[in-house]
Amino acid sequence: MTMTSQKAPLVVKDLTVAYQKKPVLRSVHIEVPEGKLIGIIGPNGAGKSTFIKAVQGLIPIASGETEIYGKPYKQQRKLVGYVPQRESVDWDFPTDALDVVLMGRYGRLGWFRRPGKADRDFALECLSKVGMADYANRQISQLSGGQQQRVFLARALAQEAQLYFMDEPFAGVDAATERAIIQLLNELKQQKKTVLVVHHDLQTVEEYFDWTILLNRRVIAAGPTHEAFTPENLQKTYGGRLHVLGNQVLLTGSAATEEASAQ
Amino acid sequence: MNSFWIILTGSLVAASCGFLGCFLILRRMAMLGDAISHAILPGIVLAFLFSGSREILPMLMGAAIIGLITVFIVQMLHQSGVKSDAAIGVTFTALFSVGVVLVSLYTQQVDLDLDCVLYGEIAYVPWDTWQFGGMDMGPRALWGVGGVFLFSLLIIGLFFKQFKLCAFDPALAAAIGIPVVLFHYLLMTLVSLTTVAAFESVGAILVVAMLVVPSATAYLLTDRLHIMLFISMAVGVLSAILGYFFASWLDSSIAGAMTAVAGLLFFLAFLFSPRHGMISKMVARRKIHIGEA
Repeated sequence: MTMTSQKAPLVVKDLTVAYQKKPVLRSVHIEVPEGKLIGIIGPNGAGKSTFIKAVQGLIPIASGETEIYGKPYKQQRKLVGYVPQRESVDWDFPTDALDVVLMGRYGRLGWFRRPGKADRDFALECLSKVGMADYANRQISQLSGGQQQRVFLARALAQEAQLYFMDEPFAGVDAATERAIIQLLNELKQQKKTVLVVHHDLQTVEEYFDWTILLNRRVIAAGPTHEAFTPENLQKTYGGRLHVLGNQVLLTGSAATEEASAQ
Repeated sequence: MNSFWIILTGSLVAASCGFLGCFLILRRMAMLGDAISHAILPGIVLAFLFSGSREILPMLMGAAIIGLITVFIVQMLHQSGVKSDAAIGVTFTALFSVGVVLVSLYTQQVDLDLDCVLYGEIAYVPWDTWQFGGMDMGPRALWGVGGVFLFSLLIIGLFFKQFKLCAFDPALAAAIGIPVVLFHYLLMTLVSLTTVAAFESVGAILVVAMLVVPSATAYLLTDRLHIMLFISMAVGVLSAILGYFFASWLDSSIAGAMTAVAGLLFFLAFLFSPRHGMISKMVARRKIHIGEA
């Protein structure tokens, strides 16, 4: 990867996405540094998931370009790993944990090759990295939410990517899984890999991420967490629903409180 | 020998519907299979009118084209805001009714009647043979069904991993560069081809049963996709064989008896499946109950 390391892992230029004429993301410009854990933060409907899908070409875009290590996305697919939201798939699908992880290898197999012994061994290794080796042959519907999320992470590891997109990997997981995931993300960082994570919990942003992108239809701020993740920028991102008490951030989401404070 | 041809045709129909049906029900698209099986009627009639015969190739082509048009229209309506079940309902009834009108209009030229279209005539399969270069090559329907079966098996076999990933996680499939839309249409082409090949033998209504029932049965019996495909084919073949003997015993419709047997097998799986069955669930609940007491 020395050849690619001079270029930024991800450059997004003027990305605009619209659903039925209403823009969801408007001219997003971002250049992401290598080897960082990057949190994508913003309120519901801010276009966080849309952003990582659009960057990977999973949804139609109105305009914009994505470059991965200096080349268009389509030429660099093998460098990219993706963890979709856990709810996006049917966990009653007739398959086991190991088989799901093996799916991470498909991109490297080309059109006709089937996963072989080496792929299976590698998939098993990825499962044990997330502490799930004992569950390799378990039907996926019999796993808990946290275990399913770990299987998804193992699948992303099996992709052997340089740049990862993860859509809310911490949503609905237990504390042990959350710790396991963050440990894994830090390992990826040490291997000079870049990870973009859609994240909801504002309390943990400073602890988890080196870099933060604050997003609400457009980029409000992007940069090292201590520079971007400021009360002013949060206020801009979340509007009136955010209250900062000392160094604690409180998100009062309900409309009722807004009305109450208006009166 | 005639019984053998009928059973073989029925088994091949059931097997090819069975394993394609697995992908349909896993993608929650069973009703799209239903739609295709009805919507191809105008394709068949038009192929008839153009070729002036019941040659299998023009019919397959006509059906494949109309099948793809059906899927395309359903997709388009859905993307412009029509609910997907309504989109399916509108599209296939519209196309099917065009087919019904065409059949009744050209009933002189077209050697097709509505009964045959709806219920099939598998009992006549042995007599309708394919003449090739003056040679009697055996039942024509068998060649059609067998050819389509082998073709589908080949395509699914070659691209098993793509079809599997597109069914389980289309977002990842697209992200790693699998042309998801292409495989969607490829699957639908196979469904269209199978339906038209099957349709002469078992009719438009029972094709749907063969697409859905064996695969739904298999889904109850296993947790592995490739095993599900085999079980689904086995259930289909078993329905064809048992159905034939039921029908001869009762002197009833063969296609009807085949489907009834398939339904019965589903019901048995529903009751007795080791993991998903009613009985095993009741036993498990009882155990918990006793354990608590």
